[in-house]
Amino acid sequence: MSDLIRKNAWVAGLVVLLAALLAITKIIQPSFGASGLESVARAALPFAFATAGMAVVVIVGGIDLSVASMMAVCAVTAAVLMEKISGVPAVMIVLALGLAMGLINGALIVVTRVPDIVVTLAMLFVWEGAALLILETPGGSTSEWLQTGIRGSLVPGLPNALVIIAAAVALVWVPLRRSRLGISIYATGSNERAAFRSGVDVGRTRILAYGVCGMFCAFGGLSLASLTGIGEPVPGPYLMASVAAVVLGGVVLGGGRGGLLGPIIAVFILRIVRTILTLLAVDPNVTTIIEGTIMVCVVMLGTALTLRGARK
Amino acid sequence: MNTAATDPALVRFGRYLRDNPVVPLLAFLLLLIVMLEIMRPGIVTPFRAGRDGLISAFWVGNLIKFAIPLAMLAACQVLTMLTAGIDLSAGITATVAAFVCATLSSIWGVAPAVFVALSTGLIVGLVNGIGVGLVRVHPLIMTLGTGLIATGCLQVYQRLVINAGSEIPAFLSWLGTGRTLSMPNGLFLFVPFALFIFWLLRFTGFGRLLFALGSNENAARLSGVRAWQVYVALYVLSGLIAAMAGLLYLGMIRQTSLSLANPLLLPSVAAAVIGGTSIFGGRGSFAGAIVGALIIRVLDTMLTLMQMPEGARTVLFGAVILAVTAIYVRITASR
Repeated sequence: MSDLIRKNAWVAGLVVLLAALLAITKIIQPSFGASGLESVARAALPFAFATAGMAVVVIVGGIDLSVASMMAVCAVTAAVLMEKISGVPAVMIVLALGLAMGLINGALIVVTRVPDIVVTLAMLFVWEGAALLILETPGGSTSEWLQTGIRGSLVPGLPNALVIIAAAVALVWVPLRRSRLGISIYATGSNERAAFRSGVDVGRTRILAYGVCGMFCAFGGLSLASLTGIGEPVPGPYLMASVAAVVLGGVVLGGGRGGLLGPIIAVFILRIVRTILTLLAVDPNVTTIIEGTIMVCVVMLGTALTLRGARK
Repeated sequence: MNTAATDPALVRFGRYLRDNPVVPLLAFLLLLIVMLEIMRPGIVTPFRAGRDGLISAFWVGNLIKFAIPLAMLAACQVLTMLTAGIDLSAGITATVAAFVCATLSSIWGVAPAVFVALSTGLIVGLVNGIGVGLVRVHPLIMTLGTGLIATGCLQVYQRLVINAGSEIPAFLSWLGTGRTLSMPNGLFLFVPFALFIFWLLRFTGFGRLLFALGSNENAARLSGVRAWQVYVALYVLSGLIAAMAGLLYLGMIRQTSLSLANPLLLPSVAAAVIGGTSIFGGRGSFAGAIVGALIIRVLDTMLTLMQMPEGARTVLFGAVILAVTAIYVRITASR
């Protein structure tokens, strides 16, 4: 029970922080409104999907270093496919591809019994190479409806990008969370041996968790391709950012605790910080330093709090 | 010990390999070299291609030359992995040290430039050490974060010195590209360095503390080890090694770039892992990592020879790392 309160307190704290940051943005730039919010949400979309995928594998007690590479594979596949066939089947194929890549990651971890971090490090190379094989230089195209759909706001004040991430998480994670598999994921992450002795098929659970991660990466790759209009085979900076957001979002590295809401709010916090720094006309390179420092400080603070909580 | 007599031969063999991880690795390295020779007759043994010599000193020298910076960065990974950590800032630290050294050499002269370059490594290491040792942040996250900060600092610094030009100190190019008796001069730095690491791990209290902390941190703490001091010293050492590797690499490549040594980071982790260092701490050796670095370089040559497209090479590289680690885990029957 106290665990539940602490977890929710963390998410509530994040919401307050996000609101405060939005207020600061408004003070710095009084004209910041719906369109500003929309561009922040749009830029945050691939980060949010990478983070959601990472959060699932961290909860199951692993880590996936190949998220950015899987997103690159999905983005180029989408761009190549949409030149030839119409959007909807292409989207379906890409989602299936993401799921398959995630399942392969998970199966390799379970079958080889090599640590997650080493397997996904190796798969980072494999997927990165696969993306280059599919498309050597940036190119291809994406369907018109995807490009327009991801921009703007159908409901005033509610950016489409925000709706997309909410819908994807609601479709994939919410039914999963309460299902047998969801509970198995948390059990495996908390204590693998205890979960195994309670009759949880630990191997299957981990493989499926990596599959869910791959699916979120496919969403991320699709949004990446839709935002740029082309496929880019070189992985973006999503690995670092997703780990930071997962930790900031209250998911404990090592597994078993946290949800998806916290990490996704954390993504928006990190993006808003970037917007504020841009509005203040800070040199973009200095922005990188500040972002990194914030990330490290947040993680330090989070770790210190967790330790104090554990000692009590 | 009559259990050894009753165990099946395979189990005994596995135990032997676990205690001596370098033996199967050397066998694998030789196998790879033989495969390379079959693919391109004469590359290793010139007499088969109608030239003089049994084994090409040039080829061996080249292999060693390019494996040295990789092995030095792998040393960072081995040392930190012994305590169940990892240093993902090593690649960027090496790049920063190389860039700082090249740009400052033309302004301040060589000696201060090298000094400042090494101190950047020390600073990054100190921040890592404080984060991991005192605040207890997970090393993976901490070093990723400092790597990001260091990249930002490098970009800002580059703006400041954009007009200064760059200069590669002569002794670094000598060390990086020169040869003595057809062996690379880099060995003049690397052999003492490797001996130092062996001595450190095997014969000093510090080395034993690293193994102790990695095997069971609580037990080590209860035995009176001040863990945070060990961590700070460890990550500072790792930062210094990375900076040194960066300087050597600068002399080898003789170009400055904002991502000079970054591509070496993941192969350095791979070299340490192939070399039998456990990512969970408490087990590992630098000798294994050196062989691991050589294996990676031979693989690299093979993939280049096959004229694979860039993508396929990357795929195979990842697959081989995974396969080697998986076989290794199977043989030694441990994680």
